[in-house]
Amino acid sequence: MADKATLELIENHVKNHKIFVYMKGTPEAPMCGFSAACVSVFQRMGVPFKTFNVLENEAVRQGIKEYANWPTIPQVYINGQFVGGNDIIQELYRTGELQKLINA
Amino acid sequence: MTELEVKQLIEAALPGARVEVHDTTGTGDHFAARIAAPQFAGKTMLQQHQMVYQALQKYIHGSQAPIHALSLHTSVLET
Repeated sequence: MADKATLELIENHVKNHKIFVYMKGTPEAPMCGFSAACVSVFQRMGVPFKTFNVLENEAVRQGIKEYANWPTIPQVYINGQFVGGNDIIQELYRTGELQKLINA
Repeated sequence: MTELEVKQLIEAALPGARVEVHDTTGTGDHFAARIAAPQFAGKTMLQQHQMVYQALQKYIHGSQAPIHALSLHTSVLET
């Protein structure tokens, strides 16, 4: 069960940034193929985004799974809403839906 | 876990679905699944993926869980 401080931290992350990605590693040094693929989509689109390396914080790593009711990483939030993991982001990017979400 | 085990778990949770599971690294812990299910009708990708994760909950959560990665492609199965 995530503690209040962790949940507040997560809440602040996702509400204060248009695009927020919980990933393993960093955009410069991703530690997982799915995290890397996910971040590269936003890099290609040239949109600003913020990331958090869950490998550095076990409480957040577990907290986000509860918060989004989603068991895996990466996790992408846009406009404060959980959008999905890498598979969903790739599909939304392919169809043009992702750009629409970001423009909203 | 084996591809068959993962496939059967998904089939049990989504009767009537067409399921393909592939072990992406050969180590029994990274899988990719393609699922076409009638139960996905009217649901967003997010909801569809969450349904699959629900079915495999026990095997994904926790540091001892056998599944480390699960890549999903879901679609509606027209019956």
